Amino acid sequence: MKADVLVVGAGPAGLAAAVELRRLGAGSVVVADRDDEAGGIPRHSAHTGFGARDLRRVMTGPGYARHYADAAAAAGADVRVGTTVTGWDGLPGADGLHRATLTSAAGVDAVGATAVLLATGCRERPRTARLVPGDRPPGVMTTGELQRRVYLGGQKLPGRALVVGAEHVSFSAMVTLAHAGAEVVALVTDRPRHTSYAAFALAASWRWHVPVWSSTVVRRVSGRGRLDGAELADLATGETRFVPCDLLVFTGDWIPDHELARAAGVDMDPGTRGPVVDTALATSVPGVFAAGNLVHAAETADIAALGGRHAARGIAAFLGSGAGRGARRPAPEPVRLRVTAEAPLLWIAPNAVRAGGPAPPRGRFVLRSDIFARLARLEVWQDGRRLATGVSLGMKPDRPARLGASWTGKADPGGGPVTVRLA
Amino acid sequence: MTGAAGTGDDRPADVAVIGAGVVGTAIARALACQDVSCVLIDAANDVGTGTSKANTAILHTGFDAVPGSLESRLLRRGSALLADYASRAGIPVERTGALLVAWTPEQQAELPAVEEKAHRNGVTDVRLIGTEELYRREPHLGPGALGALEIPGESVICPWTTPLAYATQALAAGARLRLRSRVTGIRTGAALGGVVGPEPAEHQVVTSTGVVRCGWVVNAAGLHSDTIDAMMGGGEFTICPRRGELIVFDKLARPLLCSILLPVPTARTKGVLVAPTVYGNVLLGPTAEDVPDRGDVATTGPGLASLLDAGQRILPGLVAEEVTAGYAGLRAATADRDYQIWVDGSRRYACVAGIRSTGLSASLGIAEHVTGLLAEAGLRLAGRPEPDPPVMPYIGQAGTRPYQDAARIAADPEYGRIVCHCERVTRGEIRDALASALPPADTDGLRRRTRTLNGRCQGFYCAATVAALFAGAGPGRRTPPAVRPAPAERA
Repeated sequence: MKADVLVVGAGPAGLAAAVELRRLGAGSVVVADRDDEAGGIPRHSAHTGFGARDLRRVMTGPGYARHYADAAAAAGADVRVGTTVTGWDGLPGADGLHRATLTSAAGVDAVGATAVLLATGCRERPRTARLVPGDRPPGVMTTGELQRRVYLGGQKLPGRALVVGAEHVSFSAMVTLAHAGAEVVALVTDRPRHTSYAAFALAASWRWHVPVWSSTVVRRVSGRGRLDGAELADLATGETRFVPCDLLVFTGDWIPDHELARAAGVDMDPGTRGPVVDTALATSVPGVFAAGNLVHAAETADIAALGGRHAARGIAAFLGSGAGRGARRPAPEPVRLRVTAEAPLLWIAPNAVRAGGPAPPRGRFVLRSDIFARLARLEVWQDGRRLATGVSLGMKPDRPARLGASWTGKADPGGGPVTVRLA
Repeated sequence: MTGAAGTGDDRPADVAVIGAGVVGTAIARALACQDVSCVLIDAANDVGTGTSKANTAILHTGFDAVPGSLESRLLRRGSALLADYASRAGIPVERTGALLVAWTPEQQAELPAVEEKAHRNGVTDVRLIGTEELYRREPHLGPGALGALEIPGESVICPWTTPLAYATQALAAGARLRLRSRVTGIRTGAALGGVVGPEPAEHQVVTSTGVVRCGWVVNAAGLHSDTIDAMMGGGEFTICPRRGELIVFDKLARPLLCSILLPVPTARTKGVLVAPTVYGNVLLGPTAEDVPDRGDVATTGPGLASLLDAGQRILPGLVAEEVTAGYAGLRAATADRDYQIWVDGSRRYACVAGIRSTGLSASLGIAEHVTGLLAEAGLRLAGRPEPDPPVMPYIGQAGTRPYQDAARIAADPEYGRIVCHCERVTRGEIRDALASALPPADTDGLRRRTRTLNGRCQGFYCAATVAALFAGAGPGRRTPPAVRPAPAERA
């Protein structure tokens, strides 16, 4: 089978890209998703607030997911659910096609695509990846598992629950737990305070009487056969205490689902842990693009969708340029400058610029910080030369900070890497 | 209850094997295949749930055993038997070879002695290699290695499929499996004076689910073998559980190494190794810590931190990768260095204890040895040739899995429906496991049969679906396995 574009992942980024690709007349678009239904993570995010920036209206997660699934189908994209990309070598063959293997109940299918968009999203680090020691009883899970159990599986979860993390998704997990009949004891974070909206924390406190225990870490999980509770330590005093609970939900701490990107040999950014992408969201392999939370884990669904739409324009330009067509390999890409963030900044996306490249999605770079700062001054440097400055108000961990893109034209294409740091 | 895990069949047996780990299942298999009526008893809800499930999953050649010891002999015999058995039963094995790496001049000076020891253990294909060859073969090895001993015969194996294959074959040959049955006492033939119970029952093994009458008792109770031995009137040894913590790294770390990277053992510890797994992950561990509690398989902060330190030295790229899982297992160590295996014909008792950390590799050798000892002591064997092993579902990474097999998916589309994305486990495989002769009792059992839930996401994507599939498996399984027990059960 041949397609002009293969999109991997039918979440907000992948579906929005498919809609835009079809609108731009980019040809045939196959969207593969390993889940049984299109829509991605919003499918099991029962709360409202989806769609504000991309659709200019506010919907629930499942409604938003349905909107995009319907729109992609209506646009003529071939959306294949229950379909996993089980093989892909990343580099195009002599005919310029990227070859991928799709596995589904229909069999094992080879697809050759002129361009590929990776939109595989991100997941939360589970307890094991965080190296939280102790016993290994059931009842320890991520928000993703919790929401699938509750919203897709209709499961009730009575008992005492402890939520690890105090960012947006942590409050979402709290609401899910309350919905499932659990009594949420607290949100526990190693940070000095929560990193979500003040309104969320107020609501947690007033409506659900759930406190945020800050500067606190889970030292040990306890329980043989079933969960008994968790040993918590106060980072300031070193004191430990045992909190009985029946459920322990690890939230946030996102990592891109980057296995396919890495298998394909795309350059990776050590900060985002996703592929290195330029402002067109092109990766280091010609014809391979990446969008959504694979390149910035995690932003909200509408930001991911806008990124997908942006990548679609890059792909359409790539296809229109003829670079991906014909029996020859595409011409070498123009030199890309790497853009990296310096500690205490954790990452920046996009993380490469190219001479003549477009503005990044939404005309800005997005950053993550490891610290709180009421007023942070950002600086962009190359080879000892300051290219630009910026200001970020109310900088917080887990939350986006922005940097304008006007400096990209000033960067020397033949120079060293660009770094972004706090002044 | 009925079926494999049933407890309803109270007919006397020739032999009761206590402990359904890799050693107990191997013995039950050997006996059942010789027409010996056999009951396999375990306190857990599945076979292979203790030490057998949480180890380094290496199929040892026995190159570093104590030469002349029973362990050395049975390891050598057992690993050869298991390599053959595994290839026929579909148990994943990869013959990766091992490199025993010297990091200090003292360790380097030790290598010729290890080489000589390997020769005395009959492992003659070992070879000393220099730094240049070492780094050519393992380019990601940390700096400072001085040389290595190559042991080409060391392999990695699936520790879960192995006891499952043994037990499946034992069941097919007529053995009975009595799970969830904790042995609380044994009325020995001597105590019973030979007057209670019909022939051939000489012993009464009292369990939490009733009494098992049998002619012989085989003690393969691992961590609890000293308790069983005391029930049989012994009490000559004590098990000192030694906890080993291990970290499993993401499959993306797998290209960082080719061989098993072994440390040079010192007087104090065997040290930390880095090994590929047959599932395509990388294992780092174990620690070695004596613990008093035989159920304490918790990981610890200091233990995990020490492993990461060791990993950073051995294979620096490893610690930059994501951790998929951490776990701990207990080795059933005794004060004695060698296996505690003997058969006492007068007591009609076989003790198979002190297997420590080589039970998986030696299991078939141990079973053969114990069966021989029992025959010498008067147990009648049919003397028939070795039957073919069962063909187990293949869950390794090196061979072809169902999701990769177009013909299989064409014949049954359920093998194309991937449920667990990290490990690429299909609905077809989960269905097969639930319908197998030895079905899982919980989702942990399903993990060991299919790899589902074992991947990097640890259930973020698939746990809810897998729980639903498990719940819908059949009559009596309509309720999802509770994440926590229902209030009534907790009271």
